[in-house]
Amino acid sequence: MFARGLKRKSAEDAEDADGGGAGVPAAPSYTLQRQSLLDMSLVKLQLCHMLVEPNLCRSVLIANTVRQIQEEMTQDGTWRVVAPQAAGRAPLDRLVSTEILCRSGREQEGEGDGPLPDPAPGQAPRRPQSSPWGLDGSREGRGGFQKSLDHIFETLENKTPGSVEELFSDVDSSYYDLDAVLTGMVGGTPSGPGLPAFAPAAAAPPSSTCRSDLGELEHAVEILVET
Amino acid sequence: MNEYRGLADIISTVEFNHTGELLATGDKGGRVVIFQREQESKNQVHRRGEYNVYSTFQSHEPEFDYLKSLEIEEKINKIRWLPQQNAAYFLLSTNDKTVKLWKVSERDKRPEGYNLKDEEGRLRDPATITTLRVPVLRPMDLMVEATPRRVFANAHTYHINSISVNSDYETYMSADDLRINLWNFEITNQSFNIVDIKPANMEELTEVITAAEFHPHHCNTFVYSSSKGTIRLCDMRASALCDRHTKFFEEPEDPSNRSFFSEIISSISDVKFSHSGRYIMTRDYLTVKVWDLNMENRPIETYQVHDYLRSKLCSLYENDCIFDKFECVWNGSDSVIMTGSYNNFFRMFDRNTKRDVTLEASRENSKPRAILKPRKVCVGGKRRKDEISVDSLDFSKKILHTAWHPSENIIAVAATNNLYIFQDKVN
Repeated sequence: MFARGLKRKSAEDAEDADGGGAGVPAAPSYTLQRQSLLDMSLVKLQLCHMLVEPNLCRSVLIANTVRQIQEEMTQDGTWRVVAPQAAGRAPLDRLVSTEILCRSGREQEGEGDGPLPDPAPGQAPRRPQSSPWGLDGSREGRGGFQKSLDHIFETLENKTPGSVEELFSDVDSSYYDLDAVLTGMVGGTPSGPGLPAFAPAAAAPPSSTCRSDLGELEHAVEILVET
Repeated sequence: MNEYRGLADIISTVEFNHTGELLATGDKGGRVVIFQREQESKNQVHRRGEYNVYSTFQSHEPEFDYLKSLEIEEKINKIRWLPQQNAAYFLLSTNDKTVKLWKVSERDKRPEGYNLKDEEGRLRDPATITTLRVPVLRPMDLMVEATPRRVFANAHTYHINSISVNSDYETYMSADDLRINLWNFEITNQSFNIVDIKPANMEELTEVITAAEFHPHHCNTFVYSSSKGTIRLCDMRASALCDRHTKFFEEPEDPSNRSFFSEIISSISDVKFSHSGRYIMTRDYLTVKVWDLNMENRPIETYQVHDYLRSKLCSLYENDCIFDKFECVWNGSDSVIMTGSYNNFFRMFDRNTKRDVTLEASRENSKPRAILKPRKVCVGGKRRKDEISVDSLDFSKKILHTAWHPSENIIAVAATNNLYIFQDKVN
């Protein structure tokens, strides 16, 4: 019923969540189902860049679904938020990876910053000076995920095939996309410039379904590779 | 009685003309094929009323938008006939971006006896001409020609999903995801924008237009449906830009059925006025609804097309089937409605008797002049013989497009690249 490759993982996770008591795998928990739906939706939104002409109705419906999930996760506090101490190094990754999502839109806008270096596998932090936005928030900040959604819609009008291949040529960078988008999501409203876009808008305790778990990351990559 | 035609490409639209004499299909390759009903003949009673190919032409070609680096598909999204006003037939056909008016006419005579040309068309040397004659028209084999009379281009940024001919027969509208334009048939270089729901910031976009249609009798009234399951009725007399609706149809959400897929399955894929003009019918993913124009807060009738899919929505979302756009049609007397489903099934609902039937359009199950057998989908538990279980349904075989003859019980059903025509057996 759910994404291929998900069942076994969900059962294992459900088992873990239940304290490993039951010998029989339990049905995937609501939280996991919701998470997999979110992952699926994000992949679909990205994939829509590859179509000859993206179907606007489909994209809008998927984006609305993602927003719904995000709202609910924000409300029940399962929305994991970037911890402040990680802000020093990690947000650069996220700047870069969100930029990948937004690249085709940016190119159309004629950014004068020059092309971004291609994300190499496993290369995590970028040198600050190569970041197109810099650390001073020169670029108008918007909620990370909202920005991705925005650019998806703008990109629907300004598609450049070249950037799309780069989106998918590298599995690890795709991981960045998902992870960045997911952890960057905060309430969806524009906040201050640059980095504060990724700052927590609502304090929420990290839940047990923390996405920093490597297993979950692999799982996200698995979905992308399969699709 | 039934028959089928194999066509080269996936059929993307089916439409009878106003008399039912002609049936037009459009396909993914930009072609239009028109079928004509055979006249009744005493000699060949068994062939009475069969549809044969009348004309085939290439309506749209693929184009390339160089500004956006995007290909514009030649797929015909919709065909709409104009009422016949003289010997020729006129229809509108549209792809994602361009609407065209086609004239389909017959030629059964040709002029013979030119002075300056010989019978093969070669020019004659004037010096050899000693007498003059008047060319005469002589009968020839019937030839049906289709010529493009108007091309209505460059008016849509987004994909055209609907066209609708106005009852004044002078104007028509074309609707894309965010805008609706009004055209005069005679004027191709400009159109009038009557609905625009594009937000100033595309980031705020949450709703698109999914279908639109003019009222069958009131030339100032039209409806359009949205991806949020709402229908707006607009009156063009009220204001130039019909952004404010006259009526707003929406059914309150059922909280017990709420899921992350609620909005997607509420998205309306088709809206059709009844022939009477008193009702509108809408199709969303799982149901067909009939609305009374005088009651905006809920439909007067709701019919379940394939409710057994409700528990499969996640899979259908994953394989994109949840975004399939099914159409719906009224019969001539507005007493029966029909829509398609998966596994080449299509469904008919009798509004008066409240009975419904599921039929299948497939070569294996129908022979010419055989009677269609009702089908049944079994949801759970024991499957009876002849029933199909939900998990065996073939979701690649979807019937999105159907048409009903305006006055008789003849239906056309498009199953991927095959067209089926079913008729009531009349003895």
